[in-house]
Amino acid sequence: MNALANIKTITKRELASYFTSPLAYVFIVIFLLVSGIFVFMFGGFFEQPEASLTNPVFMWHPWFYLFLVPAVGMRLWAEERRVGTIELLLTMPITAWQAIVGKFLASWLFLGVALVLTFPIWITVNYLGLPDNGVIFAAYVGSWLMAGAYLAVSCITSAMTRTQVVSFIMAVVVCLVLLLAGLPRVTGFLSGLIGTKGADFVSAFGFLTHFDGFQKGVLDTRDIIFFLSIIVFSLFTTSVILRGHRAG
Amino acid sequence: MINVQSLVKIFGTKRAVDGISFSVERGEVLGFLGPNGAGKSTSMRMITGFIPPTEGAITVGGFDMVTNPIPAKRLIGYLPENAPAYTDMTVTGFLTFAAELRGLRGDAKKKAVARAIEMCFLEAVQYQSVETLSKGYRHRTCFAQSIIHDPDVLVLDEPTDGLDPNQKHEIRNLIRRMGEKKAIIFSTHILEEVDAVCSRAIIIDRGKIVANGTPAELRQRSEWAGAVTLRVTGVTGAIVSQKLTQVSAVKRAVILKEDATGVTARAFPKPGANGALAHNIADAAQGWRIEELHTEEGRLDEVFRSITMPDTAKEEKQ
Repeated sequence: MNALANIKTITKRELASYFTSPLAYVFIVIFLLVSGIFVFMFGGFFEQPEASLTNPVFMWHPWFYLFLVPAVGMRLWAEERRVGTIELLLTMPITAWQAIVGKFLASWLFLGVALVLTFPIWITVNYLGLPDNGVIFAAYVGSWLMAGAYLAVSCITSAMTRTQVVSFIMAVVVCLVLLLAGLPRVTGFLSGLIGTKGADFVSAFGFLTHFDGFQKGVLDTRDIIFFLSIIVFSLFTTSVILRGHRAG
Repeated sequence: MINVQSLVKIFGTKRAVDGISFSVERGEVLGFLGPNGAGKSTSMRMITGFIPPTEGAITVGGFDMVTNPIPAKRLIGYLPENAPAYTDMTVTGFLTFAAELRGLRGDAKKKAVARAIEMCFLEAVQYQSVETLSKGYRHRTCFAQSIIHDPDVLVLDEPTDGLDPNQKHEIRNLIRRMGEKKAIIFSTHILEEVDAVCSRAIIIDRGKIVANGTPAELRQRSEWAGAVTLRVTGVTGAIVSQKLTQVSAVKRAVILKEDATGVTARAFPKPGANGALAHNIADAAQGWRIEELHTEEGRLDEVFRSITMPDTAKEEKQ
């Protein structure tokens, strides 16, 4: 009970701090703007022959998350260490885990809010045709899970540095690797290089490989577990890094 | 309340804290002195559980800080160096957050926040965001956070740093008042603060405790302790110097000032001759016109310098 109360307190504070700065609003506007541009300019929303959001909307999420999610996650620990408030936070009667989970949840919820705000496009597609709303729901869940995985990676890089920009760049690079690992073209290239088995192994770590199912409306337990384990592993790594800083 | 046993912290190859042991009981205010980089902040960070010690044991209220940190941390209020605070929050918001993490809810939380605001004189800025505060207010906001749960133990890293003289005075009074019921450790560079607030002081240098005692005891270690300053008119410095040196308890005498209006001299006592020196000198000075005669108490800054100065610098001075 106590642990939950502590996590809730930290999550509440983090969420509030997003919305007291203009950052949150700027981010949401950019997020919606970018999704809008992709949907209508590159996605061919109106040209496609069916009422669905798979191709015009969700296909692009892995790509613009690559830049937008590290921007949300970069301040999580870097700022805390730069200002020194980490010393306050970790001398409170809470465990480091509670702080890590609380801060992660706040950012993840924030990304969830941004994602939910894309609902006009869902209304539009329902107005224009008869889409399979089950597929759309699955894709939203998958997209949010994938955002969580990107975010958890950003947590690690944020804990590694006091500078937000450095954290951002490192997160983009790591996420890009995880993204490319699942790209069919990369898999094809790798199978020529290290054999099919090796290429399959690499692509098993790819975000795209596991996001694919959600886009088709399949809530596969294995994909859910993949993203959740990326999150848990990354948060664990974050705790190790934070402990490492303090141990000196 | 606080018990520290042979605490060691090694950063890389540097022994930042090198085997310090002490304890602080309820009702004590312990001053932590030492030059920059002596290991004061590192020690405080270990006591509050922010960084783990390389070796040694810390117990707070009987709870081991390494193996059982949560109940130990509950007893402590901590003001870190430079008084960090979440700049995007209002003063009230920040204190409410701290109160919640301390497990306070509902009415108790509101009362605790109001009390801390009142004690630290933050009424005027309570709805302002921390970002917009001056350094003094920001400092007191972080201080308010440390006393929000009325802790039994307070660890304050340079609590008066960056405050103006009035604010310093207020904070010192606050610490002294709270020190009657709590165990307090605070670090400072300002030696007058030690006299004003501490019941005991520890001087650390290069990670080791080099002095531990009441401010009066520490002053006794000064070369100045028991020295007598004398100002007379109508004689020359040479005569004064000669006469003073003849007094049996005097180790050496120096002429501080000599001009047309008179001579100021200081006589340092031989070890163990304290107390009687002023009488002896008054006897020796018979026939001179004495304008001033008083016994020095010893000065902390001089003790501090002589203890913590690197040996090479000491030799140069001589």
